[in-house]
Amino acid sequence: MGELIQVGMGDYKLAMPPDKLITAGLGSCIGICLLDPKSKMACMSHIMLPCSPNDKKYGNPGKYADTAIIAALNDMKKMGADTDHLVAKIAGGAQMFRFSGNSSIFKIGERNAIAVEENLEKNKIRLLNKDIGGNVGRTIIFDPANGDLSIRTIKEGQKVI
Amino acid sequence: MIGVSILKEGWDISPVQLDVLREVANIGAGNAANALATMLKSKIQISVPRVKVMSFADVPDFMGGAEAHAVAIYFHVGGPVKASILLVMPIEKAAQLVEMLLGTSNASLTGSFSDFEYSALMELGNILSSSYLNALSSFTKMSFKPSPPALAIDMVGSILNTILCQYGEVSEMALVMEAGFKKDKVDVVGNIFLLPEPDTMDNIFTSLGVIV
Repeated sequence: MGELIQVGMGDYKLAMPPDKLITAGLGSCIGICLLDPKSKMACMSHIMLPCSPNDKKYGNPGKYADTAIIAALNDMKKMGADTDHLVAKIAGGAQMFRFSGNSSIFKIGERNAIAVEENLEKNKIRLLNKDIGGNVGRTIIFDPANGDLSIRTIKEGQKVI
Repeated sequence: MIGVSILKEGWDISPVQLDVLREVANIGAGNAANALATMLKSKIQISVPRVKVMSFADVPDFMGGAEAHAVAIYFHVGGPVKASILLVMPIEKAAQLVEMLLGTSNASLTGSFSDFEYSALMELGNILSSSYLNALSSFTKMSFKPSPPALAIDMVGSILNTILCQYGEVSEMALVMEAGFKKDKVDVVGNIFLLPEPDTMDNIFTSLGVIV
């Protein structure tokens, strides 16, 4: 049996079978799962915001859609993955609060989702499947062995994409 | 009641400042517990407040675990002091509270709430957060302006996620001020969290005469 590798908020981790990657409680954040189908090397990032601020001092690259994807690509390449043929699955980007008026923080899920898709395209990564939006929190587990992304929610049960 | 504050990078907090914040949390939660006791017509105790600096990734565990099913009522606080207030209750406690407030409800049987019951919960949140802030206000001589309530029912991690996101650019560390409400000594009703924004922390300390 492999291990379950925890990916925290604003972080990213690599894994190989039989290990799996998990991030618990995605709200407006997005879990990006990248896989090199040949070597089976996978990376999961848990991004919080659409894009990094312009000044250089932005801290951990895993927090932002744009920098997280590039950081993941570089790390996977270093570890010997073929980063020209990566595939991706993404989940998250929910709007958690109701009766929330016009506050812009509650639309961050939508903006995150758009930014992630744009940045995947920019880096020529093929998006295989997604489970985005709605108002449900998600716990996601990615299995590099077969590329299955299982998504657990309280309101809508469990599914695999 | 729990308060969470987002810290600037490299921001250091002294033991004296932690003590001051613990006192602030204690006074705020005490006042909120009074309001809760009046509404429920029963005795409410508060736990000794916990004040801690931690990374974002550790906050969900501090609040009961990322996958715990909970009702959260959120307020953004504006004015000279900016902060977030989050009231977190386990789902079954929230259902019991609604029953106590309204006298009748199917919430604890069905696990879901009607629109009327949502309003009751948000009103409860309003009263608790206002009493918390009132106490802080008379203590610090500063004004706090809470937003209308927003409500979410889901995994604690996913709710926090949404709130902490807005601070992602500023920091990776949060100062969390927490106090729990207990009814009949053991039965935990919920927790209140306050997350002050970085510059706000300095304002609070200055108004209390603590050197920053």
